[in-house]
Amino acid sequence: MTVSRRGLLAATASAPALMRVQEALAQGIAPRRGGTLTSILTPEPPVLQIGVNNQGPTLVAAGKIFQGLLTFSPTLEPVPVLAKSWTISPDGKEYVFRLQEGVKFHDGQPMTAEDVIFSITRFHFEVSPRARAIFALIDKAEAPDPLTVRITLKQPFQPFLLMFDNSACAIVPKHLFDGQDFRTAPAVQRAIGTGPFRLAEWQRGNFIRLERFADYWKPGQPYLDAIIYRIVPDSQSRRLALETGQVLLTQGSDVEPFDVPALRSRPNLDVSVKGWEYFSPVAWIELNHRVKPLDDVRVRQAISMAVDRNFITQRLWFGVGKPATNPIASTTRFHDASAKIAGYDVRAAAALLDAAGLRPNAQGVRFTLKHLTLPYGEVWSRLAEYLKQSLRQVGIALELESTDAGSWARRVGAWEYETTINFVYQFGDPTLGVERTYVSTNIQKVTFTNTGGYANPKVDELFAAARNAADPKDRQAAFSAVQKILCEEVPQIWLMEMAFPTITDKKVRNAVTTGLGVHASFDDVFLTA
Amino acid sequence: MRDFWRRFRRNKGAVVGLVILLLVVLVAATAPWLFPGSPWEMAGAPFAPPGEMGMLLGTDSLGRDVAAGIAHGARISLLVGAVSTAAALLVGVTLGAFAGYLGGIADDAVMRFTEFFQTIPSFVLAILLVAIFTPTITSVVGAIAVVSWPPVARVVRAEFLSLRGREFVQAAEVLGKSRLAIVLTDILPNALSPIVVLSSLMVASAILLESALSFLGLGDPNLMTWGFLIGSGRSVIRLAWWMSVFPGVAIFLTVLALNLVGEGLSDALNPRLARQRGGAA
Repeated sequence: MTVSRRGLLAATASAPALMRVQEALAQGIAPRRGGTLTSILTPEPPVLQIGVNNQGPTLVAAGKIFQGLLTFSPTLEPVPVLAKSWTISPDGKEYVFRLQEGVKFHDGQPMTAEDVIFSITRFHFEVSPRARAIFALIDKAEAPDPLTVRITLKQPFQPFLLMFDNSACAIVPKHLFDGQDFRTAPAVQRAIGTGPFRLAEWQRGNFIRLERFADYWKPGQPYLDAIIYRIVPDSQSRRLALETGQVLLTQGSDVEPFDVPALRSRPNLDVSVKGWEYFSPVAWIELNHRVKPLDDVRVRQAISMAVDRNFITQRLWFGVGKPATNPIASTTRFHDASAKIAGYDVRAAAALLDAAGLRPNAQGVRFTLKHLTLPYGEVWSRLAEYLKQSLRQVGIALELESTDAGSWARRVGAWEYETTINFVYQFGDPTLGVERTYVSTNIQKVTFTNTGGYANPKVDELFAAARNAADPKDRQAAFSAVQKILCEEVPQIWLMEMAFPTITDKKVRNAVTTGLGVHASFDDVFLTA
Repeated sequence: MRDFWRRFRRNKGAVVGLVILLLVVLVAATAPWLFPGSPWEMAGAPFAPPGEMGMLLGTDSLGRDVAAGIAHGARISLLVGAVSTAAALLVGVTLGAFAGYLGGIADDAVMRFTEFFQTIPSFVLAILLVAIFTPTITSVVGAIAVVSWPPVARVVRAEFLSLRGREFVQAAEVLGKSRLAIVLTDILPNALSPIVVLSSLMVASAILLESALSFLGLGDPNLMTWGFLIGSGRSVIRLAWWMSVFPGVAIFLTVLALNLVGEGLSDALNPRLARQRGGAA
């Protein structure tokens, strides 16, 4: 058992593998210095301080300004960033990080182990709920010397390393935050990090300009002189800007799914759906188990069999994303491909509803459910309309309710819904991103917890076993078992493993090289002549 | 009646309007037979252009028949127009009659109340009301009625003010008729013609309002309406122009027809005015 873990650690520490991958991706073209990368952010972030704000656009732009100790490859192996190397004690409790030499913040001060410890145990611990939940496991964090950080955990926690990406734990300068309110300190507006680009100009509502940081710790990098993020609120204008070459890169939800096929066929553009492996959101129909008859497993199975996931991914998302097969995304660790939900079968679905004693009335309606449409844009409205039609085929009448984003979050958090659509990031490990939706200990009146109210002691037990086991093998066994149970009980109706198109001009190289894609620092991105 | 029809017929535009309007009503009435099943049904391949695969007006992003959407949407649009106008008339006529007939403090109070509503931009108020009460067909009809009654109240009040001093009203009073009877049987029938003309225009503006609300995503999400069709087609207009153009044409024709009919009614009901206009031209 221990041997296998050591084997895994040895493999993860072999960083140069990724550098070769990157070079291969550059297709043998030597990186070229110079040039400005123009891109888009939608919507405009409120601040660029990771931790104070962790929304998508913030993480993309601030990902160039700040860095974490590590990042992750598309297969979620850790890759060194500010940490040159690391070791984990055999009992899984002690983590020692060796830091890179000569790293400077944008204000000229050197980055030391003190900054790293401050960022982990004080800054993110205070401002980010997600970090607090994990960093609460830290018993002590010490700096034996300025370039070494030793963290001792109260108990082994195998997904611990996943918390050291920039998006989860950006390293911030202690000297600018210590003794102040972290959320309102002047440094929040200045956004001072160690990244390859520094914040040069921000015209609100117009653009954010990042400039090359001359004292960056990797010699000769970054290659780009500047990155400009334009704020373009209209999706058709964003598409036009990309087509005409005014911007060279779009990401996330900048481009609507229905525009993707046309952009794929343009000779000057590349469309990639990679680079979301670390986040891997899975979208599902969220059922409120307190509403009858959704507490009946046969009804949930029937709903699951009545939706055609291929139609959803192909016709609504135009191939961006793929049908979900179980609660854990196939790109997240511990996904078990052998655990699968039943396929699309309208007849079997109707038979299950008959067996549950829900007979259709004269209009062919067995029962009526309300559906709170996810107010995140048009494609989600189309999804609700599709679900209404496909559930009607098996005799379930879906009554759509529309709402705004604020009310949606409030109503889901307060359990005031019957069905809706939801998706959450998985952060590479089911303990970090999947467990929260299904364990009964997390049934809370808070959005993105187990708001559906599903409770199964066996599932609780298995998730706890996977959380506390130090050995990946034991964790896999527990996760495989839990995936089998969840696929049987379908507490939520998983629809799609979501992906977001990253669309680049062919001039742009290395935009997506890690499992975090456009959230990376871009110190290796360059423009060909 | 024959006189009325003769005068109405003299306005060629009004006749064209009436024909279009009757066609729209016919389509709405026969929609369940012309396009059986739900307009939300995914009947064909997505983004089929008009005329292909048996889809007269093409299909939308989910493969739903645009023609079926327009036909079924006509039912909702006409229903919303008629019901909200009826509701607005009920409120407007009652308040207007009350103010115009009683006069004095009652008149002042009602008119200030009316002005209060008239100072708020009606579309903004409608959006606000629908957003607060969550978009359903009832809240949409209610919101449209709430923003469209003030002009009715003002017109009715003006008519009542001028009519209540006439001899036939005084005669009725001398005869000992109750106030309610005088209002309903003597004054109201004589004030009817401007109300009829106004209400035909109100139906048109109610249809426009409902379409605008649906376009902004504030329509009843369970009902297929013209505004919804345009709103959902707007973002893919470069890919599928037919998704927004045909429902747009339907709204345009219906509203135009209602306006033409309104003008014809106005001519037919006010022969003197019509003659003057004819003479001037």
